[in-house]
Amino acid sequence: MMSVSPWLVLAGLGAFHGVNPAMGWLFAVALGLHRKSRAVVVRSLLPIAIGHAVSIAIVAATVLLLGLVVDERLLEIAAGLLLIGWAAYHAAYGHRHRVRVGMTTGMVGLGAWSFLMATAHGAGLMLVPVLIPLCLAATPARELTASGSLPVVFAAIGTHMAAMLAVILVISVSVYEWVGLSNLRRGWINFDLIWIAALVVTGIILIA
Amino acid sequence: MASWRPDPSFYPSPRMAAKAPHETLAYVASFDPDRTTPDAIAVVDLNPKSSTYSQIVGRTEMPNTGDELHHFGWNACSSCLCPNAPHPHMERRYLVVPGLRSSRLHIVDTKSDPRNPEIVKVIEPEEIAERAGYSRLHTVHCGPEGIYVNALGDAEGNAPGGIFLLDPESFEVLGQWEIDRGPQKLAYDFWWHLGHDTMVTSEWGTADTFENGLVPEVLLGSKYGRRLHFWDLQKRKHLQEIDLGEEHQLVFELRPAHDPTKAYGFVGCVVSLKDLSASIWTWYRNGSQWAVKKVIEIPAEPADPDLLPPVLKGFGAVAPLVTDIDLSMDDRFLYVSCWGTGDMIQYDVSDPFKPLETGRVRIGGIVSRATHPGARNGALRGGPQMVEISRDGKRVYFTNSLYGAIDQQFYPEGIDGWMVKLDVGENGGIAFDEKFFVDWPKGHRPHQVRLEGGDCSSDSYCYP
Repeated sequence: MMSVSPWLVLAGLGAFHGVNPAMGWLFAVALGLHRKSRAVVVRSLLPIAIGHAVSIAIVAATVLLLGLVVDERLLEIAAGLLLIGWAAYHAAYGHRHRVRVGMTTGMVGLGAWSFLMATAHGAGLMLVPVLIPLCLAATPARELTASGSLPVVFAAIGTHMAAMLAVILVISVSVYEWVGLSNLRRGWINFDLIWIAALVVTGIILIA
Repeated sequence: MASWRPDPSFYPSPRMAAKAPHETLAYVASFDPDRTTPDAIAVVDLNPKSSTYSQIVGRTEMPNTGDELHHFGWNACSSCLCPNAPHPHMERRYLVVPGLRSSRLHIVDTKSDPRNPEIVKVIEPEEIAERAGYSRLHTVHCGPEGIYVNALGDAEGNAPGGIFLLDPESFEVLGQWEIDRGPQKLAYDFWWHLGHDTMVTSEWGTADTFENGLVPEVLLGSKYGRRLHFWDLQKRKHLQEIDLGEEHQLVFELRPAHDPTKAYGFVGCVVSLKDLSASIWTWYRNGSQWAVKKVIEIPAEPADPDLLPPVLKGFGAVAPLVTDIDLSMDDRFLYVSCWGTGDMIQYDVSDPFKPLETGRVRIGGIVSRATHPGARNGALRGGPQMVEISRDGKRVYFTNSLYGAIDQQFYPEGIDGWMVKLDVGENGGIAFDEKFFVDWPKGHRPHQVRLEGGDCSSDSYCYP
């Protein structure tokens, strides 16, 4: 039997990623303000979601493929170390990325931007502790197999993305239409710090 | 160190920044034209309720002599809130202070004691030359990829000048900004349109053509800068060059509209070889290209040659010499410094192609030597130069020195430094604050003014 909690965790992480202005809703609002159109705000969310989903899918596929050949425990430890390393890198050099996409970007550029932001922030890595047991639980022998785990991985990404998309839709449209951007001045708390902490905690959970 | 919330002086949009509180301190570059005593950052009290209003209340000396402090900027500003490159959890805390002559870069911390800032790092010219290949450091802007510093010369002071990046946290020199500089060789100022992914740069000349003063042959031969360059801000690639024409020399300060959705800005041209006039040009987006239009021409004023310095005697006229301009946060008023005639002119540029003069004051000037109610000796030398506007647009501050070696050419009797303040009327109009006249300490001259918390030439915005 599948337990409910990993799906809730996936959705919760989707909401967490969505709330972070650096993951895209703010970019969508800005593009809407520049082009004076709510439709642009909403339309921009699609490439943002796709970029984010692709980034996560690559991590999930890697976990799945490695799981086929590597012992589960070894995979957990390796993934845990990677997460902690990623957090350290992010803390030290997270501000140093080249800025490749600007305010005149099209939808393709926006998707690429979202992919790069999600990847650099280790968004997919954060899901690994949930993905591994989910994939295992999906097969009768509690083993990772491509055929048994693939649908579960898709469902996992879908759950995460549905939650994220719902959150960024609500936030971006509310901010564009009613709330305005003045709250950014004091309300934009340091998601990077929470994010780094989340990566470290996830890493420790995997290793422990 | 990362903070938990954005710095309170960061504003998403210029509209919000215009509601910022009244500034209480100004940081002013102060240099010794004789290069015998260290240059300094002077701190001036701007709080009208304070007993030390309009006085220098603090001074931070540089560790060497001969830097020629000129322009400077903040480590972080409102562009940290940009959605494509967010890094909002920083403090506006450090002044990045280059020496134009020494090419040395000072990082000055204003946090622990804003009236007595502290030098926390000095980057020597050798390191900048080695890592970025530049020297003669000029303008500093905080922006999407960190701190941008431009330089008028390559490592030896020759062309090309350009821009390099500084890490906003460690202040490490990251390297040259340009990936493809196209035909660009000369440098002076730079800024950008964040909403249009475009950088704009202007032109002066190489070190050998200004460090000992302007060279008449270079000027009359139209060999100083006269072009604008437009760049792809993300690809760091030169896109377009616009030549203002042979008669126009010295294309200086760039003031793009603060509203990121607007694709226009203003640039001042110091002098026309045809009639010594100065001009203001509007650059604007025209289809897929950038274009320029001359929107203001300020004529030279005929004068008795006996009253003119050797460099102007033959012309029998005072050139206005527009050496600095500044645009209010709401993009409504443009302030134009005429360092030669002594005028500070305010234009309403609501229509950027049809500026209307809305105010004018005169102080100093080569011939006029106009005085100020707060001045003791009456005949002031130097003229309106580096000008800065408060974020709410109600106060304007300016100083009177241009550049040590050039001051001497136009004001051969020397310049005693001063800093003054204008009050701005609700719908334009400018008048001196009679209580604000900073009689600059002898031996030093003031240059750029930066206001605590940001001003109208320190921050750029991603949201309208």
